[in-house]
Amino acid sequence: MNLSVDLAGVTLDNPVMTASGTFGSGEEYSRFVDLNRLGAVVTKGVANVPWQGNDTPRVAETYGGMLNAVGLQNPGIDVFIRRDLPFLQQFACKTIVNVCGRTKEDYVDVVERLADQPVDLLEINVSCPNVREGGIAFGQKADALYEITAAVKRAARQPIIMKLSPNVTDIAEMARAAEAAGADAVSLINTVTGMKIDVKSRTFVLANRTGGLSGPAVKPIAVRMVYQVANAVKIPVIGMGGIVTAEDALEFILAGATAVSVGTANFFRPSATMEILDGITEYMERCHIDDIHELIGAVKESGR
Amino acid sequence: MKPERKEVRIVKQELLAADIYSMVLDAPEIAREAKAGQFVSLYCRDGSRLLPRPISICEKNDGEGTLRLVYRTVGDGTKEFSSYAAGETVALMGPLGNGFEKRKERAVLVGGGIGIPPMLQLAKELTCEKTIVLGYRDEVFLADEFEPYGEVILASEDGTHGVKGNVLDAIRHYGVEGAVIYACGPLPMLRGIKEYATAKHLICQLSLEERMACGIGACLACVCRSNAVDPHTNVKKKRICKEGPVFYAEEVDLS
Repeated sequence: MNLSVDLAGVTLDNPVMTASGTFGSGEEYSRFVDLNRLGAVVTKGVANVPWQGNDTPRVAETYGGMLNAVGLQNPGIDVFIRRDLPFLQQFACKTIVNVCGRTKEDYVDVVERLADQPVDLLEINVSCPNVREGGIAFGQKADALYEITAAVKRAARQPIIMKLSPNVTDIAEMARAAEAAGADAVSLINTVTGMKIDVKSRTFVLANRTGGLSGPAVKPIAVRMVYQVANAVKIPVIGMGGIVTAEDALEFILAGATAVSVGTANFFRPSATMEILDGITEYMERCHIDDIHELIGAVKESGR
Repeated sequence: MKPERKEVRIVKQELLAADIYSMVLDAPEIAREAKAGQFVSLYCRDGSRLLPRPISICEKNDGEGTLRLVYRTVGDGTKEFSSYAAGETVALMGPLGNGFEKRKERAVLVGGGIGIPPMLQLAKELTCEKTIVLGYRDEVFLADEFEPYGEVILASEDGTHGVKGNVLDAIRHYGVEGAVIYACGPLPMLRGIKEYATAKHLICQLSLEERMACGIGACLACVCRSNAVDPHTNVKKKRICKEGPVFYAEEVDLS
């Protein structure tokens, strides 16, 4: 049975990856998950300098989902290169580094610092809804996305994945802009901007007032967007948004995702990625499918 | 031992006071490992409630292999836990975080509200002389269980039990003496205790609380501000679930 997939020339042993920001750099989860069995680890976003992140409370639970406004707290690229990359290098999984910044120069700075590092792919975070400047500003207008993608692509040694925001009117237009600017792949969806209010105290639950919604609550939106994007571009699509089970992951694959990322599920099922990988394998055995490629984008009309 | 998410059997569940429940779990491995001040993550069965609830460890019994959690029902998740009966199971992970550092000097244990339960295991583990100061809004719970381990002083906001006021009012009223303060309770109480300990040059350990997601240090949801750059985060923030929940007062910025 073939589970391996190709992302911009990089071969993943299987399509199961982690979603940025939910898995650190893998160290904390390595007691629950055999990192060797993951297709790739996507690290938490890293910037050129350390970031403080937002005030607390940073998370709130909502029905079937959660809001977060961590604000991309990270130790900065120096510590990341010195500590996190050597840790990940011990494992067979591919390493995808999520890159964040406030300005175009910030992104380019990080990408250049990673040029000679053991990194397989870069994921460019232009869609975090929780930071005031940079981030989302690049991810909500097609021309701004084109510009940042082109700038990062010029500086990058590794293939680049642009991570798209769902907080746009036309996700396909955004994907096409990224592809036109040279993106090697796109990943989606980042979180959906939301808000929770405590009616007892009549206050915002999150210190940041708004946060990004993730978890099963967003899955149908994410599947729809992955389907639209997969039909709009030729580059590979990485699907994510509320994946908890193998069935969830298969929905994204059938919608057109070449690989999938597991995020919020890690918080309540620390070994979720392993269960999903096993479940995909069982599904393929049961359905006599020899190659995962038979499933990618294979959704069809019900014919009723 | 590596903590894993597992199902454990509930031995006993009882209501101690309004909205305060005591749940005893058959969890020999966790009990063996657990230290005063650590916590466990409890998972809801209802799939609409995703995130684990961090609950402090109130007591452990190595001989019987049990763990006791005393918690307040504050939302739908903890209400769900309170509906579980003996014989049912609950999913949890732990023990998590670092507990109190047990010192030899004369101790003052301070618990406020739902910060009281973790002080019980600490009271049992500390062999030194100690005074235990417990602060309540109104209804008292667990206080009698502290009696075997030291002098117990109560404070309540409405004055129905012990000194009228908060734990600091009680400490001042009785002239409580000690070299080390161990405290768990609401943030305003911890701020007050820190200020008191600083003024009196006392060693002070505080157990903090924050909304958590992963509970194991990966997501950076539950950070507190620290006075120095933290070696892991590389900024002045510490992870409460991993480096905490107990910190020395001078490490953290509670302002």
